Amino acid sequence: MRLAEYRYRTITSIGGPLVFLERVQSVRIGEMVKLITPDDKEMDAQVIEIKGETVLLEVFGSTQGLDLEKTEVIFTDSAKKAPLSEAVIGRVFNGSFKPIDGLPMFLPEKWVPITGRPINPVARERPSEFIETGFSVIDGLNTLVKGQKLPIFSCSGLPSKEVVAGILKNARLPGGAGRFVVVFSAVGLTFYEYAFYMELFNEMMTSFTAFVNMADEPTMERLLTPRFAITVAEYLAFEKGMDVLVIITDMTNYCDALREVSTAREELPGRRGYPAYMYSDLASLYERAGRIKGVEGSITMLPVVTMPEDDITHPVPDLTGYITEGQIVLSRELHQKGIFPPVDVLPSLSRLMQRGIGEGLTREDHRRVSNLLYSNYAKGRDLRRLEAIVGSEGLSEQDRKILAFTDTFEKEFVNQGIQRRGVIETLELGWDILRRVSLV
Amino acid sequence: MTGCIRGISGSTVWVEGLKGLRLFERVRVGNAELTGEVVRLEGERAVVQVYEETTGLGINEPVKGTGSPLTVMLGPGILGAVFDGLQRPLEQLRAEMGPFISGTKEVSALDYKRSWEFHPLKSEGDELREGDAIGYVEEGAFRHLILAGASGIISWIREGSFSLGEPLARLGSGEDVYGLQEWPVRSPRPYRRKLSPSVPMITGQRVIDFFFPIPRGGTAVIPGGFGTGKTILEQTIAKFADVDIVVYVGCGERGNEMAELLEEFQTIKDPWRERRLIDRTVLVVNTSNMPVSAREASIYTAVTIGEYYRDMGYNVLLLADSVSRWAEALREISSSMEEMPGEEGYPTYLASRIFGFYERAGIVETLNGDVGSLTMILSVSPPGGDFTEPVTQASLRTAGVFLMLDTSLAHRRHFPAINWSQSYSLYQKELKKNFSEKVSSEWEDLHDRCRGLLQSEEELREIAEIVGKEGLRDEDRLLMEAVERIRTEFLCQNAYTEDAFSSPEKTLKIIKEIIRFFDDASEQIRKGILYEDILKA
Ligand SMILES: Nc1ncnc2c1ncn2[C@@H]1O[C@H](COP(=O)(O)OP(=O)(O)OP(=O)(O)O)[C@@H](O)[C@H]1O
Ligand SMILES: [Mg+2]
Repeated sequence: MRLAEYRYRTITSIGGPLVFLERVQSVRIGEMVKLITPDDKEMDAQVIEIKGETVLLEVFGSTQGLDLEKTEVIFTDSAKKAPLSEAVIGRVFNGSFKPIDGLPMFLPEKWVPITGRPINPVARERPSEFIETGFSVIDGLNTLVKGQKLPIFSCSGLPSKEVVAGILKNARLPGGAGRFVVVFSAVGLTFYEYAFYMELFNEMMTSFTAFVNMADEPTMERLLTPRFAITVAEYLAFEKGMDVLVIITDMTNYCDALREVSTAREELPGRRGYPAYMYSDLASLYERAGRIKGVEGSITMLPVVTMPEDDITHPVPDLTGYITEGQIVLSRELHQKGIFPPVDVLPSLSRLMQRGIGEGLTREDHRRVSNLLYSNYAKGRDLRRLEAIVGSEGLSEQDRKILAFTDTFEKEFVNQGIQRRGVIETLELGWDILRRVSLV
Repeated sequence: MTGCIRGISGSTVWVEGLKGLRLFERVRVGNAELTGEVVRLEGERAVVQVYEETTGLGINEPVKGTGSPLTVMLGPGILGAVFDGLQRPLEQLRAEMGPFISGTKEVSALDYKRSWEFHPLKSEGDELREGDAIGYVEEGAFRHLILAGASGIISWIREGSFSLGEPLARLGSGEDVYGLQEWPVRSPRPYRRKLSPSVPMITGQRVIDFFFPIPRGGTAVIPGGFGTGKTILEQTIAKFADVDIVVYVGCGERGNEMAELLEEFQTIKDPWRERRLIDRTVLVVNTSNMPVSAREASIYTAVTIGEYYRDMGYNVLLLADSVSRWAEALREISSSMEEMPGEEGYPTYLASRIFGFYERAGIVETLNGDVGSLTMILSVSPPGGDFTEPVTQASLRTAGVFLMLDTSLAHRRHFPAINWSQSYSLYQKELKKNFSEKVSSEWEDLHDRCRGLLQSEEELREIAEIVGKEGLRDEDRLLMEAVERIRTEFLCQNAYTEDAFSSPEKTLKIIKEIIRFFDDASEQIRKGILYEDILKA
């Protein structure tokens, strides 16, 4: 503990979000500091490197107004913390946890560092409770379970927010569940999207908390916003026993902010300029989802990732896919055919599905029908290519059946619009389509 | 001696004023006494890697040497345990600090309070050489041999119950022999000589045992993009492999996967013994959100444990998921130390570290003349699924078995998604013979026929893409049908069904049936019967 509040005026350089400070006597790594500009503006920064008496700070707001001579730096002797209380529910904050809904700040029950602590792997409860999203492609073929992290891989211009909205409106937890709350974290959101989500929240009856960093707000704040959101989620889930659904949109903006800091630090760039530690950094967010043995609540995460250039091998979706428990992939081709939700089931995957379906959970034939739908659709997609070359005369009768199935599957099963379907209805529809083209 | 912190960046700490440090010595860093390891010495300055979260660590805080390197504790009680990368027992951590891991609690890897029964195999007056078994402890289904770390004449030996802190024997020199030893993780344990791998380790995966067999003491790598089935394959092999002991390292991967593995292993039976699976398994877990430098250490902790059981004459299997996450940890550490980067930012010594690790696999004659083996199966996660990257390439240069996972097979839900034309096993010829002798003399012949069919089908498929399947001759359509059956009934194996394990006999039976179907139908076609009619029948 340092008692005197000493003000340093020893900044030697400022570049991008980074500030070098000299002749610092006592400092900790990860410590928060306050910068006070000559015109009395305050901004937050964090110590990210210490070399002797020189300290490197990363500023979270915009660095505008900082100077070398008059700017003062105060060390706080503590890490970045989030204020917590159940009063966060129903509130909207900016990316730095300041209320933007016109109401005053709540009285925190406590403050907790936003980096979180890793869940001990042996304390984890294996996720297995089915969440009905109301979309057939998800419930039938890529089932979501409580405590899973399942991102939506989208492309620019595809209706990812409508898919998220559909899930938010329709999601039902097993047995009605206890208290369900949505924690929404907007990272670099446009105003248009912001308005869409706010309207949605007002329409929905579910409780929610929102953290919003807009597209024109400081980039560096994007590194904080999701961490505030997840820290609140952990509190609500693991201390207050709620089932929390965390939505983060758009993780690609988060990664771009990470790249910006890394470039400013002149670190050796990894693929496409993203830092080599991006895997670990993303894991420090995504791995906070889950369930804990003996604790009631849960954190389920649905991050949205926009794939730059529609490329699934781009580092952002690639590293996300390596950490999350599957992915829901939206396809431009299906969207252009007018199909909603435009989910391509072939690259989509839910790794926790096996535990969440079957007798007593959904229905005993779930696995069988989903395997049949999947394998026929996979064959059908290959056959479409073959048909384009050799024409349908070159195909066998069985192949033609599969092609007919493939079309119907896309038009009826995938393409359901905004209408909600229960999982039983989904399974029945699956059998019905298979029967209609006489594949069963 | 105490030094002090002069700089901090990520998990790297610069220390001044600590004389007499040795490279790779374990140090205690800061007021919180975080565990660290000396990775570079430069005059008065030392560079230290800290194995725990450094947030909150302050400049000028003290650093103390311990005089010994990073070690693993070896002794009874390892089986069935779950450790982190530094061998801290995770169940114990949970009991002491709840569901989240924090701080730096010093917790002993093994339980000193627990009492064990010691059965001596030597008597007073016997001469003991290093590596000799002085006796054993029953550890579940296993005889846990207590191997002497020194030579001499036994002047006293215990019989009956003891705890790990108590000596089991005394040598003439006055030196005590304990049931517990510490071993530096980065040093391979000694053996007399390496033998050449020639006996297959049965995995129960048809495509592996039949086409790409892995010998006891061999090394296999499984590279594949995300979602191609690396983890499921490793976990399935961990369940069924025909070995004594399994060491599974979750290196920089998901927490939920480990929870799943743990839960299953606690309930499923060991297919080869009347025990639970967990009783033959050691888990080393450092998930992606746990400290990166401990992730780097985790595979060494695991392999040292593996060698320890190998030295007792057991067949040990080490599975690591994933080597890429270990290599990335190495890269993060190297870059925070400001080393000169090599390809894709990895340190230039990446390949030599990979070789050094893979070489710790092998079938050996132990110091006491027994035979033990350590087999490795390692997954690799290439960025963007691109196999030209450094970790995959370096792995390929040393591993004897290459199981390439194919994204397009995975997207068709063909699992295990092992690409049968690009994968290989350097031991295939020898092991094929072994299967022929042990399972059936038809093994080799069926193997070659099956390979032939798969190759012919590939050519046919190209033709079919031009003329359509209907344009093919009947015998060709039959061949395509047979290969379709090979793919779906033989090569595919669903890990969630009974079929997850296939004994060599079952493997042989399935392929034999398909080949017989093909031969019979070919015969009929030759006799002029139409393909359609055959299919109907
Ligand atoms: N043998 C199998 N049988 C049935 N399904 C399988 C099999 N192997 C893989 N799968 C399916 O593929 C999914 C992904 O497998 P897995 O988690 O092993 O991939 P991975 O290669 O480890 O991916 P990552 O690199 O992201 O960890 C599983 O959740 C499961 O649905
Ligand atoms: Mg995996």
